[in-house]
Amino acid sequence: MKIDRKILQSVASNARLKLSKKEEDELLPQLNEVLEIFSGLNNLKTDGIKPSFQPVEVKNIFREDKVNKCEEDMLQNVKNKEDRYFKGPKAI
Amino acid sequence: MKAKEYVEKVKSREISAVKTTKGILNEIKKINGTYSFFNAISENLALELAERIDKNPKGKLAGLPISIKDDLCVKGVETTCSSNILKGYRPPFNATLVNNLIREGAVIIGKTNQDAFGFGSFNVNTDMGIPKNPVDKSRVTGGSSGGAAGFTALTEFPHVAVGESTGGSIVAPCSFCGVSGVSPTYGLVSRYGLIDYANSLDKLGPIAKYVEDLELVLDVIKGYDFKDSTSLKQDIIKEKEVKKVGLIKETLDVDPKIKDIILKKLDEMNVEYEKVSLPKTSKYALPSYYIIAMAEASTNLAKYCGMRYGQEGKVNLPFNESFSEVRTKNFNKEVKRRIILGTFTRMAGYRDAFYLKAMKVRTLVIEEYKDLFKKYDLLVSPTMPIVAPKLSEVNKLKPRDHYMMDVMTVGPNLAGIPHMSVNAGFYDKLPVGIMFTANHLNEKRLFQVGKGL
Repeated sequence: MKIDRKILQSVASNARLKLSKKEEDELLPQLNEVLEIFSGLNNLKTDGIKPSFQPVEVKNIFREDKVNKCEEDMLQNVKNKEDRYFKGPKAI
Repeated sequence: MKAKEYVEKVKSREISAVKTTKGILNEIKKINGTYSFFNAISENLALELAERIDKNPKGKLAGLPISIKDDLCVKGVETTCSSNILKGYRPPFNATLVNNLIREGAVIIGKTNQDAFGFGSFNVNTDMGIPKNPVDKSRVTGGSSGGAAGFTALTEFPHVAVGESTGGSIVAPCSFCGVSGVSPTYGLVSRYGLIDYANSLDKLGPIAKYVEDLELVLDVIKGYDFKDSTSLKQDIIKEKEVKKVGLIKETLDVDPKIKDIILKKLDEMNVEYEKVSLPKTSKYALPSYYIIAMAEASTNLAKYCGMRYGQEGKVNLPFNESFSEVRTKNFNKEVKRRIILGTFTRMAGYRDAFYLKAMKVRTLVIEEYKDLFKKYDLLVSPTMPIVAPKLSEVNKLKPRDHYMMDVMTVGPNLAGIPHMSVNAGFYDKLPVGIMFTANHLNEKRLFQVGKGL
């Protein structure tokens, strides 16, 4: 399994990152060296083994479905805001 | 002076918390230009907390200066995770851990440097200046909790640092700087208010000069928190006796001088030990860990899109372009590398081969540890395969060489089991850490042996 330039460009675009040609050239061999380490897992049989999504067994915790007042000022860290809303780029 | 002794003296008004706080803040200001241990100094908060203690000296940590790794939210104090993308972010709330510390009288002195988002083993992947090892300034502190361990080693003031470990970020810098640190059982300390690296791996724990100080601070920060959906309801097990120790033979394939220091320390401990084997863990924990860590990190970092906090994007651009611009400009090389690898391993067609496979390997790693803990109270290994390298040497390494450095520490992190590094000796004047690993919730056993060293 290898990452070629086309896959790299598609992954970067999915991750909302722009890469220059120079960055792509630098990244390609580095990523493939790491993938080689990852592929080492294929040497271990895992048929019938359950995946551990957490290292210890945890159960989902639900809070009561009650509205609480937010006491913190969530808008204090942005300049792009209007009234009580965050402002972002146009989506449609 | 050990923290407990200092706290007693603050309580009996022999020592003033304000005076200690002023002293340590001055020290940080004096040394930080050279060492880059701190990203932010919380002078106003520290003095306010210290004054409160001098008026009413109460709490298990009364007046004790505590530094917080920069991936934890402290209300009103700039919190960047050492990444430019969060520059200027002042959290409107405290992490649960910070509230717990303040409730017991701790004085929060500032935010310590780290690899951006915890992505590194040497603390060189920071956007805030690379911290220097106090033992030798040409060498790195180790990472990712490098500022925490570096300052702990340097200061003579009573002080405990709070670090965070995903794959070894507490014990690695402890080994390189010659201090002690514990990464507790996954879920024991609330992660609420932590800027996540990888949710199924992140753990918070103390770094200190003395093992007694680790125990004191862990006792304050542990405990169930309904705000963290993976918080454990169980407490640490009371049993602390250590009868039999297993020495992990695969970890002894290091520089013979490091091996000798570990064996000498073990002999001094006067405890029965024998060599044991972790064949699957030593081969497969590293790739399994990195797949899980990067996959989770790439989803966690999707939230940095130039809205709500941190660096802001342009609102007049189409949204994809706006998001891409702010991310491309503000994430450093290592952050981009991990996002790309993590996104790749989660892509349709690759998910089962990488992510799901890594989760199954984690099951086998946990089983392997659990088997050994049926017979042994603790496992032991060197913390790191090397001593602190020079920055010039680290700069020559390829990304894969960086990742390979975590070979000793990723196993316990993947299994969520507690592990502690304590200085075992010196190799050409450079500290060598010995790592003890215990079964889930067996932290008392770690402290028991650590205090005896």
